[in-house]
This record gives sequence, structure tokens and C-alpha cells, in this order.
Amino acid sequence: MKTYFTSTLFRKTLASLSGVFLVLFLAGHLAGNLQLFIPGEAGQKQFNEYAFFMTTNPVVNLLSIITYSAIILHVLLTFYLTIQSRNARPVKYAVSSGTTNSSWASNNMAVLGTLLLIFLVIHLRSFWYEMHFGSIEKDIWGKKDLYTVTVSAFHELWYVSIYVISMVVLGLHLKHGLESAFQTLGFRTRKYSSSIKAITTGLVLLIPITFASIPIFIYIKNI
Amino acid sequence: MEELNLKLKIWRQPGPNQKGDFVAYKVNGLNTHMSFLEMLDVLNEQLVNLGQDPVAFDHDCREGICGMCSMVINGKPHGPQKGTTTCQLHMRHFNNGDTITIEPWRAKPFPVLKDLIVDRSSFDRIIQAGGYVSVNTGSAPDGNSIPIGKEIAEDAFDAAACIGCGACVAACKNASASLFVSAKVSQLALLPQGQPEREERVVKMVSKMDEEGFGHCTNTGACEAECPKEISLEYIRKLNWEYHRSNIKG
Repeated sequence: MKTYFTSTLFRKTLASLSGVFLVLFLAGHLAGNLQLFIPGEAGQKQFNEYAFFMTTNPVVNLLSIITYSAIILHVLLTFYLTIQSRNARPVKYAVSSGTTNSSWASNNMAVLGTLLLIFLVIHLRSFWYEMHFGSIEKDIWGKKDLYTVTVSAFHELWYVSIYVISMVVLGLHLKHGLESAFQTLGFRTRKYSSSIKAITTGLVLLIPITFASIPIFIYIKNI
Repeated sequence: MEELNLKLKIWRQPGPNQKGDFVAYKVNGLNTHMSFLEMLDVLNEQLVNLGQDPVAFDHDCREGICGMCSMVINGKPHGPQKGTTTCQLHMRHFNNGDTITIEPWRAKPFPVLKDLIVDRSSFDRIIQAGGYVSVNTGSAPDGNSIPIGKEIAEDAFDAAACIGCGACVAACKNASASLFVSAKVSQLALLPQGQPEREERVVKMVSKMDEEGFGHCTNTGACEAECPKEISLEYIRKLNWEYHRSNIKG
């Protein structure tokens, strides 16, 4: 047991668990975002009340802290593991087999993850920072008007483009990451592998596509 | 019969920790029925006749079962043919005029000894770390006296097909030894004979794998695709499971 917590396999396990937790977080985040589909003032009222609840409820605040920790843990662990693996091959091959024996996404998780981290910084600056520390105007019901901030951002083509591209990156990252997590945790047995494949493929398509559909919807509606 | 003329780019390194580089060679008039190693034998005969140092490469049985031959051919461990070792790769899979790049396994725990020969004793040390397997001494037990289900027997046998060549490490972008270790752990963990030391074995072997400096498994599947014995990723899943289970059980 004493070697367990310092082993590479345990670090990988933590990376997978934090990854799986973040996928669950994404599912919850997505459910909240769906309220942006509600048209007009009803949508504005509903979304701003939701944003108020999400920033003030103590249980949600605790969940937020766990989420931030999971992100930091996931980044630090995977960064450490990537460096460790780089060191395991000091002399590179002259000819690479490329993607002939493995998927492109599985070979570029670090690149995809870094792109996601950049997106996260932009995303948090636009909405999270504004909600917590920015000077957002109040709506007519007296709540901070995050709805207008969000909708205005999604009227900008460059912002929508970054968002949609980031969702493609997210899809690729999850395509390998989610199924890989089940393998690392040891659940992907022969018996369950086809069900796990079906569930992960479904989630990997559903989550980024639905996320991306919201800014596209808002942008098109404004044209 | 068709004859092959090839250009070769081979990694030459005079000794451990010395500087190496690729050297270009030409071999002409090759028989397409030759194995890849026989093609290198032809090259070496040429070199010896010229008074030059022959290319050093590992080989032993030349029947595809010992796991000694180890070279990366055009970016692929054991070359382009699926499920074969280098000695069972035949020259008919190449075209006249091809340029073939030949490199040693590349991994920190597999230091180059000379040219294409690497030191794979890190694998031996992982096996040693696994320790003994309890067996009753005395007269030989009757055949089939320990009942083992057909599926379990097949599963253990598939794991035991690993010849320890190190192609998994060579193929992995992280130079991870997970497929090798998983095969060795699984073949015993699946069978009744492996039960007494099941927990300590996996813990010790995984610790040793870390200590030797292999990278971690990111489940790309490259090892499974390049393994000459087609060992399944399922065993890495099993290794992970066994490792968690053994540590939690204590």
C-alpha cells in the first residue's frame, strides 16, 4: 500500500477520476446552458436567476471548489506524466509510425488539453470573472444580467468561432480520454467494453455538439 | 525469380553511451524468399568481405518464438507485417528500389549496446521482482488434477504467448512496458497456481516497472497493434484492476 500512492498507476488513476468528474461537471453545465434556448424576457429572467443560484448556493459553491481542484489536479498530473514519458525516450525515432497503429487523438492528448486550457481561460474571463468581479448591470428583476453578457458575446462571429472550434477540440479530447479512463480504472472488461464504447461515444458526441449549438443558435437568430 | 535491390539506412553505434548515426548501404540481388534477418546476413557478408565491421543485431531461434530479434523497420517494431517477429518477416513484403530505415528499440530502460542491439535486462528485473510461484514438490501431479475452465485456460494462454521482445515498449509513444507487464501478471493471476502470491506479485512488478524508468500507459493501443504475438490491451485493463485490487486489499 505504501508504494500505491506514489506509483505512476495511482497518478494515472487520479487523472482518470478527475477527468470523469469533469465530464459529469460538463453534463451539469450543459443542462444549465440549455436555458439559453428559452426566448425573450422569460429566458433572460430564468437564466439570471439560475446564474444567481449557481453563484450563491453553498452546495454549488462547494461543488465549484471541487471542480476547480479537479481541473488543477488533472492538469498537474497529466503534465507530470507527460514529462515522465518524454524522459522515457531520450533518443527519438528517425522514422515515426505516426497514426498507423493508434488514433490521432490518443497521440495528441497533451496538445488538445492545452488548447482546452487556453479556451478555459478565455471562457472564464468572459463569464465567470464578469459574474464574480466584473461590473454587470442588473436586470429589471434586480439580478446580475449574465444573460445579456452571454448573448452579446455570442453575437460576435470571432467568439462563436473560438467556441465552436474549442468544442471540436473537446470532442477529440473526450473521444480518447473517456474510454481510456474506464481502461485505466480497470472497468473496461471484454463483457462491458461494447457498452462502455457505446455510452462514451454517445456522450462524446452529445456534449460538445449541444454546447456548440447554443452560440450557433444565438448567432443565427441575431443575423 | 524476382530479385530485390534495396537501399538501407541503418543505425550504427560502436558501443553503449557512444555517439551513433545512420549509415547508408546498398544490397543487390536479394531473394524475395529471404527473411529480413537473412537480408541483413547478406549485408554483413558484404561488409566482412570489405573488411568492415558487420551490423550487430540480436537474433536467436529465427522461428518467431524466442523474442530476441528487435529492430524498428520504417518506424514499426518488427516491420510492416502484422503479428510477426522480424525473423518471420520476408523480403517479398518489400519492393525493388525501396529505402528501408532500421533503428534499435528506443527507450531509456533499453540502452543501446551496439548498433541495433539493446540491453533488455530491465524486463528480466521486472520478472525477478515478481518473485517465486509456490509449487508443491514431490512426484509430478496427475494431468488435469486442477480443474481450470476452458475460457480461463485460453485467456491465460493468450497472455503467456508474450515472448518479452519489447516491441510494445518500442511502439509506445511513452515507452511504456505496460503490455509486457500485464501479460506476465495476467498469465499467473488467471490460474489457480498463481493465486498464493497474486497480490504481492503485481505490486512488486508494477513498482519495478516504474523504477526502471518506463513511461506510463495512455491507452493508445499502439503496443497491441505492433505486438508480434498480438497480446490484447485487455491484459493492461486487467493489470490496472489487479494493481488497484491488490493495494486496496493490502
